Amino acid sequence: MIASHLPVLQVALPLIAAPVCVLLRRGRWAWAFTTIVCWGMLAIAALLLDQAMGAGPISYRLGGWAPPIGIEYRLDGVNAFVLLILAGTAALMMPYARQSVEQEIRPERQHLFYCVFLLALTGLLGIAATGDAFNIYVFLEISSLASYVLIALGRRRRALTASYQYLIIGTIGASLILIGIGFLYAKTGTLNIADLAERVPALGETPAILAAFAFITVGVLIKLALFPFHLWLPNAYAYAPSFVSAFFAATATKVGAYMLLRFVFTVFGAPFAFGTLPLKEVLLSLSLIAVLAGSLAALFQTDLKRLLAFSSVGQIGYLGVGIGLASVTGVTGALVHVFNHALMKGGLFLAAGAIAYRLGATDLSALHGLGRRMPFTMAAVVIGGLGLVGVPITSGFVSKWYLVQGAFEEGLWPVALFVLVGSLIALAYVGRVIEAAYFRAAPEGGEPVREAPWAMQLSIWAMIAGSVYFGLHTDLTVGIAERAAAVLLGAP
Amino acid sequence: MTDNLVLRVVAKLLIPPILLFALYVQMHGDYGPGGGFQAGVIFGAGLILYGLVFGTHAVRSVAPPRLLAIIASLGMLLYAGVGIASMIAGGSFLEYGALSLDATHGNHVGIIIIEIGVGIAVAAVMTIIFCVLAE
Repeated sequence: MIASHLPVLQVALPLIAAPVCVLLRRGRWAWAFTTIVCWGMLAIAALLLDQAMGAGPISYRLGGWAPPIGIEYRLDGVNAFVLLILAGTAALMMPYARQSVEQEIRPERQHLFYCVFLLALTGLLGIAATGDAFNIYVFLEISSLASYVLIALGRRRRALTASYQYLIIGTIGASLILIGIGFLYAKTGTLNIADLAERVPALGETPAILAAFAFITVGVLIKLALFPFHLWLPNAYAYAPSFVSAFFAATATKVGAYMLLRFVFTVFGAPFAFGTLPLKEVLLSLSLIAVLAGSLAALFQTDLKRLLAFSSVGQIGYLGVGIGLASVTGVTGALVHVFNHALMKGGLFLAAGAIAYRLGATDLSALHGLGRRMPFTMAAVVIGGLGLVGVPITSGFVSKWYLVQGAFEEGLWPVALFVLVGSLIALAYVGRVIEAAYFRAAPEGGEPVREAPWAMQLSIWAMIAGSVYFGLHTDLTVGIAERAAAVLLGAP
Repeated sequence: MTDNLVLRVVAKLLIPPILLFALYVQMHGDYGPGGGFQAGVIFGAGLILYGLVFGTHAVRSVAPPRLLAIIASLGMLLYAGVGIASMIAGGSFLEYGALSLDATHGNHVGIIIIEIGVGIAVAAVMTIIFCVLAE
């Protein structure tokens, strides 16, 4: 009986768990409870992905109302994969959360922190699970409001301005999406995505559909933080509490990429977006600028968390390249990169958080000599960093391989060249971190620094080991991503 | 504003009807305009008026924020609980028709309980927001 309810439980479970965290009143109890819930959600996500890959799309009627009138949760290979990434990231990061949150959040607020975290997770999972366009907006607001709160909880006062900046930009993005959905509803009279996918292409190039496309695409690009809409991201990630930076770096922009895929390929259809409209040219040029500008900006940062945040801007560019190529190989590359980047960047931000936990700072100058003093954490940074560069045997190589291959298939060799140049710049900024940690002597007379606690190491290494494992064993990720890409592009 | 006699008397006269009207809107929601959110806002407005006229300490002693946080969570759990209950009863999430043998009756019961959940959560959260901002 439960098996048929899994799609809604995936979203409802964290939503129900959030108020329970408020009732628990103790930070540590709330943490233990949240951990159990997250691992439960990972199990659900794995079962759902298995069902969706085996028996085709799963449909769940919320409240028993039949689609297209009622809200439908519809899971195919694409969003089941995204659900697994979200639930997996949350579950793997929970062991890290306890000590990190205990240090950074005031004791009387810790149980509320887990409540808001679960609400953010609910929103992200909901965006991925739902098959209703307006429901996507509702969950987007749930996750965004929760993320503004979480980012504002950062230790430094600049977290407040960073959160406020994100609030303004994020609200504009969400409003644009809402306007676009309104146009779609006005023209088609339906909000169900499967239904929209049938009716929108039939309407063709009417002004309302063009306006809807423009509003939704720009709104989603703001949420995705693709250049030139990335301005909120570096500050938000740099000043948020360590756990929050890591979680959002691994999940939030990935859900943005999913929304872009869903709206462009499923609702509007690739022929409209890439044939009638020049989305390919726009998306590819913006993404390539993002790759170069993000990576170059990362090169000049003096703070590890900001460096990683700008690197995220660059890595989002790679997602955009894959989506912009609009071929099965390109979209496969983008989906694989969604998965791989979640592991790498999640692990790197966790490691940066562990350094902040011991040192109280993440300036590159504070990292001097840290290779000896925190050997395990720094080793994780090195491996994760090499993944960002795309060195073979790390998973970053796999996704870039598909992106370059996709570019060559389309005959767009300059795109492939830009991807490789981006990797070289990544090598330079990762090199700066390695240089600071391994080739500079520790400041003399400084206090001895201990290695990060084992529970935090556990999460860091789970993510980093995952990124190496999926660099060597690509059957799982690439297999799922290829089938998901085929679903999106309508290929058999 | 506690020293303003007219305000105090008028507030004392108005607050009970406001709270009563909130309960009316709550219970009448499934027949006419109204429902849990509106009722919660009206109830919260009653408490906020009390706080504006008699001071936040007064509203804090009537409705301590700690208690309000618990009430708000319970309201949300009541809502979700109906969803779970309808799943156990054999329907899908929030399919209240499954709550009773007669689907119409089940819908009725389900909506009333859900709206009560919404109502107490909204009233509690409105008052919490007021207390936080008034500090």
